[in-house]
Amino acid sequence: MGFFRQCIASYTLMLKECHRIVRIWSQSLIPPAITTSMYFIVFGNLLGDKIQLGNDVSYIQFMTPGLIMLSIISNSYVNVCSSFFSAKFQKSIEELMVASINNVAIIIGYVGGGLFRGLATGTVVCIIGMLFTEITIHSWAMVFAFAILTSIVFSLAGFTNAIFAKKFDDIAIVPTFVLTPLIYLGGVFHSVSSLPQHWQSLSMANPIYYVVNGLRYGFLGISEVNILASFAALVVCVMLLMGVNIYLLRKGVGIRS
Amino acid sequence: MDNNFAKTCPALKIENLTKVYKSGIRAIDNISFEVAQGSFFALLGQNGAGKSTTIGIITSLVNKTSGKVSVFGYDLDQHRTKIKQMIGVVPQEFNFGTFEKTGDIVRNQAGFFGLPPRVAEAKAKETLQRLKLWYRAEHVSRSLSGGMKRRLMLAKSLVNSPKLLILDEPSAGADVEIRYQIWELLGELSASGTTIILTTHYLEEVEKLCDHVAIINAGKIVENTSLQNLLSRLNEQTFLLTIEPSDVLPTVDSDKYTVQRLNEQTLEINISDIGLLGGALQELGQKGYKIKNITNKTNRVEQLYLSITRS
Repeated sequence: MGFFRQCIASYTLMLKECHRIVRIWSQSLIPPAITTSMYFIVFGNLLGDKIQLGNDVSYIQFMTPGLIMLSIISNSYVNVCSSFFSAKFQKSIEELMVASINNVAIIIGYVGGGLFRGLATGTVVCIIGMLFTEITIHSWAMVFAFAILTSIVFSLAGFTNAIFAKKFDDIAIVPTFVLTPLIYLGGVFHSVSSLPQHWQSLSMANPIYYVVNGLRYGFLGISEVNILASFAALVVCVMLLMGVNIYLLRKGVGIRS
Repeated sequence: MDNNFAKTCPALKIENLTKVYKSGIRAIDNISFEVAQGSFFALLGQNGAGKSTTIGIITSLVNKTSGKVSVFGYDLDQHRTKIKQMIGVVPQEFNFGTFEKTGDIVRNQAGFFGLPPRVAEAKAKETLQRLKLWYRAEHVSRSLSGGMKRRLMLAKSLVNSPKLLILDEPSAGADVEIRYQIWELLGELSASGTTIILTTHYLEEVEKLCDHVAIINAGKIVENTSLQNLLSRLNEQTFLLTIEPSDVLPTVDSDKYTVQRLNEQTLEINISDIGLLGGALQELGQKGYKIKNITNKTNRVEQLYLSITRS
């Protein structure tokens, strides 16, 4: 099957994923809207005025890109992870395995779905943020680049998780015990430079810290890290995770006995 | 590939195929067989004999341990995508999204084979209409009855117009009406040149549809021959005769056949050679038995299957 046909196959899968996300909008789009509204009300409105960052940016403005990134990361990851695992669980993955769609097209199809959900929820959070504060864009290119690349990276990571998952518990472990702590300690709600030295050093090892700062730079023009290095790291992660997933699918890990 | 070879090569060629699962179970053990183009091939065996594993390997759902599989001359290890384009498969278990609409399931399956959206849409409609499911296209699949779900599985397997159709118990759970509809469709597909491999526990299905039979037992092929050849080995057969009721009929005694009166209107005749049936019926007629109807009591393939697998 040629390249064009593979594109159609991948597009079909992507479209199927997008339809699924829209069909379950009350589970996929509403919860992040409610959660982030709470963050904006509690941390932004009620406590935000008492927090001084030492620059012209208000706390709620500082927090908004972080909340958008939080939403993008968790939704991209969870979408691909749960969708691919469900396909394995109810054996509908066999629809893909017996068809002539290749492994790269399968991964792109699922990642496309993760990207759609990640960006859709990110947009919802952004719109909610506009109700609470004025949102400025320093660089549209950086906003899109970091939002899209981060969503792709975490969709790919969710795919890897789903390949290895054997039961529903296995798809909840990483989001609960790894992603959530990393996101909350990744500078979403605070500036790492305000932390004691040893916490600052620990934060430097947190990959979420770099993508949050990347998006914050896109919105506010401020960043605590080197933006180009963060961008390059994301590109490397995309290639690395793509390679890992292609290898796992080719070997049939988790899908072929 | 050479044109002449493409026309004459077997639809499926399996050489020394072995599958050992991680648990150590040897599901199939060094099996070899061929399926000719256009053949309607039955692969029979008890539960756990290795049928589904064999089908799983051919359709890329299971990794083989060793051996070689070729489909229409293409090696599975080297031309997996090409082979997938030529194969349609109906697995034993339902494998579609239960919350998806029937039409979407078939349309998407066509899309996974690279058919452009409009073509996929037309193909899905055509296939669902053929299987009398089009009127349920907008219903979610979990609302379908068991027989409808079976037909949906069949519809999915046909969207890529396969040259080789592999069916793992396609009529399991279907009622008589649906089973006959499926048989009719399979007959049409076979007549149009599609090679079909069928596994089933309904041996009546095999006798009605297939022209070649292989029996797999404990991972090994124990029989592989034409249906005609297999049936010719069957000597003893039992028939049920419906007769006009009468109280004063004489007993029948012959060394060539045995007759047992089951009730007022039914006789059971067990005959050692089918060629003697005509003579036996004539003798019964001469003794005053008025025969209204005659049916073969036992399924012949079933009888042979049991004798082969038990031995």
